[in-house]
Amino acid sequence: MIPEIGQFALTLALMTAVVQGILPIWGAARNNAVWMRSATSTAFLQCILIAIAFGALMRSFVVSDFTVLNVVENSHSLKPMLFKVAGTWGSHEGSLLLWTLILAAFGAAVALLGQNIPTSLKARTLSVQAWISIGFLSFMLFTSNPFDRIFPAPLDGNDLNPLLQDVGLAMHPPLLYIGYVGFSIVFSFAVAALIEGRVDPAWARWVRPWTLAAWVALTGGIALGSWWAYYELGWGGWWFWDPVENVSFMPWLLGTALLHSAVVTEKRGAFKSWTILLAILTFSLSLLGTFIVRSGLLTSVHAFAVDPERGIYILGLLVVSIGGSLTLYAIRAPKMDPGGLFAPVSREGGLLINNLLLALATATVLFGTLYPLFLEAVTGDKISVGPPFFNASFIPIMLPLVIVMGVGPFLSWKRADLPGVFDRLKWVMAITLIAALVVWYVQTKGPALAVLSMAIAVWLLLATLREWSLRIKLGQVGFGESLDRLRRVPRSSHGMTLAHAGLAVCMFGFIGSSAWKSEEVLFVEPGTQIEIAGFDVTFEGTERVQGPNYVAAVGVLRVSRNGREVTVLRPERRTYPVAQSQTTEAAIRSTPAGDLYASITEPANQDMDGKWTLRILYEPLVGLVWLGSLMLVLGGLTSLTDRRLRVGTPKRKTAVAPLPIVGE
Amino acid sequence: MMTLKKRRRIQIIVLAFAALGVATVLIGYALQDGINYFRSPTQVTEAPPPSSEKFRIGGLVSENSLRTIGDASVTFSVTDGNATVPVIYVGMLPDLFEEGQGMIGLGSFVDGTFLATEILAKHDENYMPAEVIDALEAQGVYQGGRQDPNQSEDTKNGAGNDS
Amino acid sequence: MKRFLIFLPLCVAIAIGLAGWWGLNPDRDPGSVPSALIGQPVPVFDLPAIEGIGVSGLSTQDFTDASGPILVNVFASWCVPCRAEHAVLTRMVREDGLVLVGINYKDKPDAAAAWLTELGNPYDRIGSDETGRAGIEWGISGVPETFVIDTNGIVVFRYVGPITSDAALANIRKALAQAGADKP
Repeated sequence: MIPEIGQFALTLALMTAVVQGILPIWGAARNNAVWMRSATSTAFLQCILIAIAFGALMRSFVVSDFTVLNVVENSHSLKPMLFKVAGTWGSHEGSLLLWTLILAAFGAAVALLGQNIPTSLKARTLSVQAWISIGFLSFMLFTSNPFDRIFPAPLDGNDLNPLLQDVGLAMHPPLLYIGYVGFSIVFSFAVAALIEGRVDPAWARWVRPWTLAAWVALTGGIALGSWWAYYELGWGGWWFWDPVENVSFMPWLLGTALLHSAVVTEKRGAFKSWTILLAILTFSLSLLGTFIVRSGLLTSVHAFAVDPERGIYILGLLVVSIGGSLTLYAIRAPKMDPGGLFAPVSREGGLLINNLLLALATATVLFGTLYPLFLEAVTGDKISVGPPFFNASFIPIMLPLVIVMGVGPFLSWKRADLPGVFDRLKWVMAITLIAALVVWYVQTKGPALAVLSMAIAVWLLLATLREWSLRIKLGQVGFGESLDRLRRVPRSSHGMTLAHAGLAVCMFGFIGSSAWKSEEVLFVEPGTQIEIAGFDVTFEGTERVQGPNYVAAVGVLRVSRNGREVTVLRPERRTYPVAQSQTTEAAIRSTPAGDLYASITEPANQDMDGKWTLRILYEPLVGLVWLGSLMLVLGGLTSLTDRRLRVGTPKRKTAVAPLPIVGE
Repeated sequence: MMTLKKRRRIQIIVLAFAALGVATVLIGYALQDGINYFRSPTQVTEAPPPSSEKFRIGGLVSENSLRTIGDASVTFSVTDGNATVPVIYVGMLPDLFEEGQGMIGLGSFVDGTFLATEILAKHDENYMPAEVIDALEAQGVYQGGRQDPNQSEDTKNGAGNDS
Repeated sequence: MKRFLIFLPLCVAIAIGLAGWWGLNPDRDPGSVPSALIGQPVPVFDLPAIEGIGVSGLSTQDFTDASGPILVNVFASWCVPCRAEHAVLTRMVREDGLVLVGINYKDKPDAAAAWLTELGNPYDRIGSDETGRAGIEWGISGVPETFVIDTNGIVVFRYVGPITSDAALANIRKALAQAGADKP
């Protein structure tokens, strides 16, 4: 019964979305306030209906209702409760349902919080949002219904892939989806503005918090995913330039560009058509990611099942939404007023370079991700594009960007005084140079690029801190007054400092763990001793441990340094009898200086009897990757709490006169 | 005023194209060693690629071919039913690696042996295209495609040396 | 110039869309390992029967002595898509009157017998490949997989995945017709 309620709610939600997609926008065209206001109630209704459907599916998972196909395929009665719940979005159908739930929730949030948005813009935005909903709801109802029943019901389920039974991973998809889908509202705002023919600083101000919220979630989602890959996959890497990672990274890169260009549109009324384009492209890339992942178009080795029906449906959605919005853009954009003028050296100029480089970086990632598909279509050759491609093309674009990032916040709007900026940064430059020399002297291996990158990261960190200290006049005035200034500086500027510093911290982690890592792989028997990065490691054998739905062999590795015992590492090799699969649980000893990381697998065949394969790594600074990511997220959240950005606050009294954009 | 605006606009376009040019050069340079062709054991035996080329080889792991050498290397043969190529790999075999199962290796072909730097195991023995869902209404079982973003992380379920 | 720039994103999007559309071609398998078996004789193997279902086992001999083309289907009771395919195969046997033999891949004989009892048995012969050894000889990379063998015992067609789409069915019928054309 409950699944039928879910199904029914989903059907009703589709109908609601159809109403929401037509009535408000029609009302906006005919200037009918009642029709326009209907968007608010339909947005709420749609969100509630989808939430009911989602709740129904979750209940089926929680009580292990094996008459529901989706539950049979993705759950098991013995599974821990947390993973039963997470199983709701563990499958294709369930994750789509989560997608639409978040989509509708964003619509409802705009309806609720966007009280100061002009009625016509709000109505159009919610209508556009409803069109996206219609696309996904119908996709779900027609091709991948999560509530399909199975008769007769099996006695137990097939279990979720044990690799996925992990807290980090259970949280990863929701966050990633909030990010992906969050850009949908920005997209809807952009399309609504194009339909309306008006883009002004006020528009940019309404859009920014949503962009920021989506960006924060996407940052968190990507970081969580890489953290999961790091400790769960058992081979110590955290980023692989896999197509699936790339498709989440591209919206992040463009979203970052959008975040910055929207500032220019808000503050100076410039970059309008570019900001609109970025808003459209960022969501387009999110859709492209969904398409690639759902259709199995690129999913490297595991993509056995190309799924034509679903793929063609999503491709259709893509054609309509991306093609439609870009056509609309091509028609309307030329009529937009270019906006405020600025000198090459200015805040605008700096943000222009930021946008240019981020867009280029996105283009290279897009190229590398899709190149195999294009080449196969044209020549029939099957190739894969590996990390060397991305390292050689992406990094040279990002390094200049980071250098500019250090200077950018010092630049004033319209026209900046570059010599003055460098004068304020002279100590930063000096310390950076010294740091570079120290790194160059200390490091014994690794590429020269690592030293350069390290210096650039130091530069960014120090320049960011310097800008912050100047802003609160640290050391120039009394400490009390500095504290006072600290309180009065807008939160968005603290957010920027935190995020920029976070990126620098991330970079330390990227560089340390990729350029200076030590790694040993070897067969071990009880008693085998290994020396790695100054640690002496002794393999003492394995123990058997019984888990809730698995059995594990636990390796015992005694680690000492200079004769003093440091720790005991216990990497596990788990076997899940129901799912008939195995996972590797790495053992990690984390310190700020670096992680000692061990994983084991059992003998691959009989003649290796008693010998286990041990992989042990020392990854310097790797923890900073996630510390930096956390700072990025916190920076974004801090900005989000800024008064000026909070949706619903009354317009500032010194509103910049809305720059008129020529309508039709 | 207008002329200045126009000039600024042209400057931006020129800058964008210059940057695009730089990016194209970078991509072209990166493509030289960043891409790997896919070859079957038959193709490798018929036309051995130069030992400097990195490529991917895919096939089934021959039964009873897995052995260890020395401290950390494993060797096995990969076959496509027609030709067989010996493989040497230093590192940890992925969770799903098994004799008789599919694998894909990244590496180079030196003196008649494939020296692998990375091994990925093929995942799953089920194929599950979507039309099946319709066909299944009567008997009713359906296995979610393995391509959910949350699941697809298992594409990386392999062992190897990332860079 | 500016006009052109404005349309640039749309053009790029269209190019990507076209590539995506091409990539969705159902016959394209991004991870496929090209079959080396096409044009080769059936590999040497000999598989025992599954107890209790009343059809005999399968070996190379059965193909060399054949009087018409044979459809070989690799299946398993644990394989979900095989269930979907089973109905299609049953209908094909009934309507086209072809010879269908099965290789029961990495399956427990009693599980396979129960599966066949539940769904019905369209196979003329079934070899039980419990160890997966014959699967390697055939070079399969997953279940289900289907091969067409001509009257001379040569493998002429291989289909990876369940035969559930009309396109797949048409391809198999075409291959069967061609394989039978040699010796009507």
